[in-house]
Amino acid sequence: MGLIVSGRAVVPGEATGIVLRSRRAISLWGGVDPETGKIIDPRHDRCGASLAGRVFVYPGEKGSSTGSAVLLELVRRGLAPAALVTGSLAPVAALGSIVAEELYGKAVPVLLVARDDLDLLKDGDHVCIGSDGTVRHG
Amino acid sequence: MSVHLNGLDRSMLDGDLGEATRFAMSVVVRTAEAVEASDLISVEQAHIDACALMSESNLEFVRRLAEQGGRVRVPTTLNMVSLDLEHWEELGVPRDFAERATRIADSYRGLGCVPTWTCAPYQGYLSPRFGQQIAWGESNAVVYANSVLGARTNRYPDFLDVCAAITGRVPNTGLHRTENRRGELVVRVPETSEASWASPSAWAVLGHLVGELVGERIPVIVGLPRPATCEQLKALGAAAASSGSVELFHAVGITPEAPDLEAALQGAKDAEELDLTRQMLAGARDRMSSAAEGEKLDAVILGCPHFSYAEFEALATEIRALGPRRVRPDVQFLVLSDSASLALASRGGLIEGIRGFGATIALDTCPFHSPIVTERAPVVMTNSGKCAYYAPAELGASVALGTVRDCVRSAVTGVVTREETLWA
Repeated sequence: MGLIVSGRAVVPGEATGIVLRSRRAISLWGGVDPETGKIIDPRHDRCGASLAGRVFVYPGEKGSSTGSAVLLELVRRGLAPAALVTGSLAPVAALGSIVAEELYGKAVPVLLVARDDLDLLKDGDHVCIGSDGTVRHG
Repeated sequence: MSVHLNGLDRSMLDGDLGEATRFAMSVVVRTAEAVEASDLISVEQAHIDACALMSESNLEFVRRLAEQGGRVRVPTTLNMVSLDLEHWEELGVPRDFAERATRIADSYRGLGCVPTWTCAPYQGYLSPRFGQQIAWGESNAVVYANSVLGARTNRYPDFLDVCAAITGRVPNTGLHRTENRRGELVVRVPETSEASWASPSAWAVLGHLVGELVGERIPVIVGLPRPATCEQLKALGAAAASSGSVELFHAVGITPEAPDLEAALQGAKDAEELDLTRQMLAGARDRMSSAAEGEKLDAVILGCPHFSYAEFEALATEIRALGPRRVRPDVQFLVLSDSASLALASRGGLIEGIRGFGATIALDTCPFHSPIVTERAPVVMTNSGKCAYYAPAELGASVALGTVRDCVRSAVTGVVTREETLWA
């Protein structure tokens, strides 16, 4: 299958899903409802969309350090994104994913790609994430 | 990439110090790998934010550590919880919510943490020292510790703060290292009267704007009036850490790593510069408010971050200036604080007048984590940039930003009124 982009597997793992593309940094806490997985920040460009099962592609994170707890709760509820692809290191999301793996045995793969390469991932694309940090057409 | 570990790190990771410590060390090491740190360093203090969010997974996380005998290795303070632990019934919090929140609070205390329950730990017990390596969670506390106190911390996400407290070790990366604390963008504030800087809310507007503009860069702010109060710097940092991801700012002549511009830039000559204008500040002020002048007011929220002694004093002064007028019965007037600040304010004779005015004081908690704001509160007024930023999503409210004086006067009339227009 065709390679779209390759990056660093910050939290390695495999996933498939449909791309939800955002052009704005997000604070997972205050930005995403931990009980539904929906984006609730009215300033965010994908407000109203759900992260559940999607490959969320976004430039990076900002704001609250409680975001890791939101991601952990999404994993517990089965509403976590399939994977996160960021254009800058997202340590809050990465940590939430690492704890999810320790606590529930399920990590959300977190991939860091060059910011310019984010545009190679189009909203609605069906993609596969490899644990080597690759994103391929799915 | 492998992270260099010392002997103690290895024994923690191998489980020699118990399962809770192994679990915590595993998270620390995996995080170090994720951020490509070469090794770990010791921290002397921690502030845990993970206790804040009420969720089943949070309870499962802390219970697992507690059941496995987890204890913090360094002095550790606790951020707010989703409940005023003493007055929840008066605040109308449902019992089952209170019981779940109390279980989380008790579990974190059981790890050996100091029960400070505040988002403003820098105002009280265990305030860190200049240059001290610490592991703090809570974005407003992080920016204050780094910028105003000159302590060194990254913005520890929930759970890594706990793991750092249990192991006393963190990835040697980011703002723990001198070279990463260099100012990267010079931000010049416009020349203006000292009076326009008097209210901390004016500093919150500046913070909001700085947060929007600087991205990942560390700002060096030039031209602020001196001396700056703790409350002004707290307002600036909290707003900048909400609208953006500012974890450290330098303010020349004010913050300890910026005695002058050259020091703040660590000698770099090529830093980008940005001149702010009054129009830009006015624009930020407008973006922070979605409720208009003259709208009916439902709730006032002060104390985001938690009210300090000086803020109680300022509130008491505004209330006294109004004489016998009180909060309209259909307006909720909420002040968030911590037990230490309230105890001081009580001894200072400030609280009777504030309660007599009709204000409700809630301790230990946060209006976004605890069901204490009246459900019928479509219009909220606040003096806080952080509260103004988060209230639309968290409370579904439209917000009016104003000074403490504006908030007090609007609560009396029940209508959003701003006499002191910030950055007009």
